[in-house]
Amino acid sequence: MSTTPRLTALDALHRSLGATMTDFAGWDMPLRYASERDEHNAVRTHAGLFDLSHMGEITVTGPQAVDLLNYALVGNIGTVGLGRARYTMICQEDGGILDDLIVYRLGAATSQNGEFMVVANAGNAQIVLDALTERAAGFDAVVRDDRDAYALIAVQGPESPGILKSVTDADLDGLKYYAGLPGTVAGVPALIARTGYTGEDGFELFVAPSDAEQVWQALTEAGKDVGLVPAGLSCRDTLRLEAGMPLYGHELTTALTPFDAGLGRVVKFEKECDFVGRTSLEAAAERAAANPPRKLVGLIAEGRRVPRAGFAVVAEGQVIGEVTSGAPSPTLGKPIAIAYVDAAHAEPGTQGVGVDIRGTHEPYEVVALPFYKRQK
Amino acid sequence: MSNPQQLRYSKEHEWLSVAEDGVSTVGITEFAANALGDVVYAQLPEVGDTVTAGETCGELESTKSVSDLYAPVTGEITEFNQDVVDDPSLVNTAPFEGGWLFKVRVTGEPDDLLSADEYDALSAGN
Repeated sequence: MSTTPRLTALDALHRSLGATMTDFAGWDMPLRYASERDEHNAVRTHAGLFDLSHMGEITVTGPQAVDLLNYALVGNIGTVGLGRARYTMICQEDGGILDDLIVYRLGAATSQNGEFMVVANAGNAQIVLDALTERAAGFDAVVRDDRDAYALIAVQGPESPGILKSVTDADLDGLKYYAGLPGTVAGVPALIARTGYTGEDGFELFVAPSDAEQVWQALTEAGKDVGLVPAGLSCRDTLRLEAGMPLYGHELTTALTPFDAGLGRVVKFEKECDFVGRTSLEAAAERAAANPPRKLVGLIAEGRRVPRAGFAVVAEGQVIGEVTSGAPSPTLGKPIAIAYVDAAHAEPGTQGVGVDIRGTHEPYEVVALPFYKRQK
Repeated sequence: MSNPQQLRYSKEHEWLSVAEDGVSTVGITEFAANALGDVVYAQLPEVGDTVTAGETCGELESTKSVSDLYAPVTGEITEFNQDVVDDPSLVNTAPFEGGWLFKVRVTGEPDDLLSADEYDALSAGN
């Protein structure tokens, strides 16, 4: 694509902070402000501030909003309580994953004013919007493209509750993980969600683009004495990788079902209605239970060379899998990877597994995901 | 960003010091180090290796990518920087000083090495 990248509402601010920018899914986004390793460590130990305005917000409303989402997505959206969020997926008829999503239930759970916000990955937002719109045929529900209605700012890390608390009137103590509520941040309206993609406690704040700079500056000021730093997409990737969280386009693709990705738990066959992909996914679930072809595992390097997406995983000279994501792990101090490997080599501790790094078979330890879990 | 005047530069963003007793020191520029991001692994040529101007002689790995290291001149490696092997972040923190990569006894130079001013123009245009 040669189109001009889209700019977030915080673009000028990023540039004034000296950010290195990168094109990501058609958006010009901050990759890092200084050292990505320092940003990563700040989020693990203190807090980081992210601009995630590239994420795609889609609002679904109407008397049959729940019915539409239950038909269009693999999760059971009817069981999402008011003010709660759910990690789910949207699949093709053949069970292939179109995107992974977070669905927030915003409106009261009555049939008259059900209101949901579906947050899609930037690179898939149009695909998800088109699929929801198409699947909405016959339902009394409205699918609205709200990508331009929101900027998204995340504050993540152990200091984030204290930082946010100082600039909001919302009851953060009552806000559980995977919950969201409307409130005020820095004097402007925001949807405050306790979600994230870092493996740390943290918040995602959906605000009007015109308010984004005010919110960013207020959080920066509130966090300046507790180690808050601006953080770019580079550290977001290593943070989610350590936390074992899948990334669309890497661990998740249209060629894989949720069962192939080890995420079959998001598919809720028990919901009564039909949903797109049900028949194919039932077959995929049986296949995964009886004879899993490949499994998603973690790999930790014994050496220092870094595995990258697409590198072959090898054992006894044979290719037994493929790396989907890899990076040097700041927390472990070693290169790590997520890979699909043949079931025979997927048990943690399997000996003799390596990654082909530009022709050399580097030894790797097979481990269960995640690499990192925060102390609660 | 200031590129030291006394050094010469390759288009692949290596710098080369003035030879002392025929031996020059080689590193990558601050511009290149910034473009790479945090360097986490350096594979450098071994002492005694012969390197050829414009050809790869090692690699630098950062959080996001791996980049080939090119020899700016032809010659024999006399020393490599063990400090960088042990702590690759020196390439980011002191690219023109403690983050040097290797020393080479120069036997041949390409004719397209750049002056500091010429390299300033090249890196500014990127």
